[in-house]
Amino acid sequence: MSTETNTIEELANQEYKWGFVTDIEADAAPKGLSEGTIRFISAKKNEPEWMLEWRLKAYRHWLTMTEPRWPNVRYNRIDYQDIVYYSAPKQKKQLTSLTEVDPELLRTYEKLGISLQEQERLSGVAVDAVFDSVSVATTFKGKLKELGIIFCSFSEAVREHPDLVREHLGSVVPAGDNFFAALNAAVFSDGSFCYIPKGVRSPMELSTYFRINAADTGQFERTLIVAEAGSYVSYLEGCTAPMRDNNQLHAAVVELIALGDNAQIKYSTVQNWYPGDKEGRGGIYNFVTKRGKCAGKNSKISWTQVETGSAVTWKYPSVLLQGENSVGEFYSVAVVNNYQQADTGTKMIHIGKNTRSTIVSKGISAGRGQNSYRGLVDVKKGATHSRNFSQCDSLLLGDKCGAHTFPYIEVKNTSSTVEHEASTSKIGEDQIFYCKQRGLSTEDAVNLIVNGFCKEVFRELPMEFAVEAQKLLGVSLEGSVG
Amino acid sequence: MMLEIKNLHASVNGTEILKGINLKINAGEVHAIMGPNGSGKSTLAGVLAGRDAYEVTQGEVTYEGKNLLDLAPEERAREGVFLAFQYPVEIPGVNNTYFLKAALNAIRKHKGLEELDAVDFLQIVKEKMKLMEIDESLLNRSVNEGFSGGEKKRNEIFHMAVLQPRLAILDETDSGLDIDALRVVADGVNKLRRKENAILVVTHYQRLLNYIVPDFVHVLMDGRIVKSGGKELALQLEERGYDWVKDEVERQPVQA
Repeated sequence: MSTETNTIEELANQEYKWGFVTDIEADAAPKGLSEGTIRFISAKKNEPEWMLEWRLKAYRHWLTMTEPRWPNVRYNRIDYQDIVYYSAPKQKKQLTSLTEVDPELLRTYEKLGISLQEQERLSGVAVDAVFDSVSVATTFKGKLKELGIIFCSFSEAVREHPDLVREHLGSVVPAGDNFFAALNAAVFSDGSFCYIPKGVRSPMELSTYFRINAADTGQFERTLIVAEAGSYVSYLEGCTAPMRDNNQLHAAVVELIALGDNAQIKYSTVQNWYPGDKEGRGGIYNFVTKRGKCAGKNSKISWTQVETGSAVTWKYPSVLLQGENSVGEFYSVAVVNNYQQADTGTKMIHIGKNTRSTIVSKGISAGRGQNSYRGLVDVKKGATHSRNFSQCDSLLLGDKCGAHTFPYIEVKNTSSTVEHEASTSKIGEDQIFYCKQRGLSTEDAVNLIVNGFCKEVFRELPMEFAVEAQKLLGVSLEGSVG
Repeated sequence: MMLEIKNLHASVNGTEILKGINLKINAGEVHAIMGPNGSGKSTLAGVLAGRDAYEVTQGEVTYEGKNLLDLAPEERAREGVFLAFQYPVEIPGVNNTYFLKAALNAIRKHKGLEELDAVDFLQIVKEKMKLMEIDESLLNRSVNEGFSGGEKKRNEIFHMAVLQPRLAILDETDSGLDIDALRVVADGVNKLRRKENAILVVTHYQRLLNYIVPDFVHVLMDGRIVKSGGKELALQLEERGYDWVKDEVERQPVQA
């Protein structure tokens, strides 16, 4: 008994491994938010007039909105005038290759284990690295270009592919969708853009590595992925942030569009933003809007997320299933330890006939962490013969944490079926003893049991990501059971 | 001497279950502990393995010259103490082979041996699988998850074969097994008998001892070993039940 709680506490004592600050001069906007700030950002990025107008419209709408209070999380109110909305590492000139990138920046990436040169040379992963607000280097662009795949920073897309951006920007997550999406639309500083032409299968996993560096900078990135008929793309997103005492806001927007018939997008996230210290001080507020639209027949969008970081997480990667026979999937592992809070889940909106969705959510709570699953399955009248399967499992480590489930199900026709399974279990003392009797340490036992619990989600991740996710889980829960 | 238990007292939630156990086991020996339900057999097995729920209140246990009670459960395991569980625990999502590899490597590391890679490990597994007549599907499933009672017990003995303990404690390994499964499990155990290893069989019934023939049989009653003998003692118990031992004990004072 006592052993178990002790381990939980020990695991919780692991320091945040990625908490270092890179010393580079930043080119930043002054604190605060006004139309002036937005014009500053837009000007910094040499944006066309329509882009600025879009931002301003979003900002004006945002001013009429109030911050949502319905999530099952508690945090101090955010002072939106106390945030720096734009911070870019100072660069001397336009970069054409990695060799010109600030070595200090490259070292940061190396500490994170993603040396760009190495990535480019060895791993076959194209990385669009976002350092604070500006994309530093985009790799493999040439190789992808041959296939007609566009993979670049959002700013570049606005300049180079304005028609594509204009057509799709805000088509899944409208500028005024919700409070944080509207804020993002007004002040987003960069992000990634990806376009896969008809019939093309991306030969490599596309990847972005986000990192918040400068103090008190909100990170507002925006990702837009468009997949034409018969195309396939797998996209990886990973995040780390250095240690900071003040809470930092991260309000991103991701839009996925499976535009044509049989288009497929697989989007995987491993998130380990700074979770705050053992007393719950500091850490990232991760308030993110992620949504995909299956417009084409037989199209498919799959979200896989492993969320181990952030002080407060608030996100619901969703799929609008418009095309007939389209498929939406959501696989999630959410870990909370110490004073972390997560309110996460998904929305599957069935609009087209014979649409299918699968939800597998694994919540792990340790320390004093609070984990909520919130999911909506909405089967519209016209979505006949649709199916959903949901499985929500919670695992508790220790007796001071919590797990909560809020499933919402609406079915407006009689030919569809919806299944929901839920379970909550405590990590068993007998399981831990069994492992120990075979020679494993308590920590290894906990890792093993927790990883087994998450297996259904991990197997959806691309190989190299799955390994990283397992390690991350170990680090996040270190010291959490005795 | 491999194991020496002296005047061992242990309680669960304040109730004394073991009331002064004395037992000596040498390498190469097979000992059987028999006794009626509630006599403390499983408690003894649990105390030796280091289960948290039991509190040792008196006495000492020396294993290979070390104070066993000072060691954490995983240290005991790494030192070669193995417990075949009466109720093997399910660990969903954890591959049985992967689990065993982690266990074996933890033990090897403790002994200062190099950890085995997947290829070397699989070779060992295949060899033991043949020896134990274990079905390959058992290896690819999650640890004990959805296993039948017989499969679980066989898996325990398979773990024992791979981990090669010095002292194996079999806790009611025969319970819940039909006669065929019992024979397979017992055959497996017999193949693992070595002159450098010892086995402690804890059982309620004599029938397992038809297959795993012990060198010594001890009768445990109300937390004490009240009678010890050779393998023929088991047969006597089978024939006459435990009552005659009880009567005999009541007629003469218990040896300390």
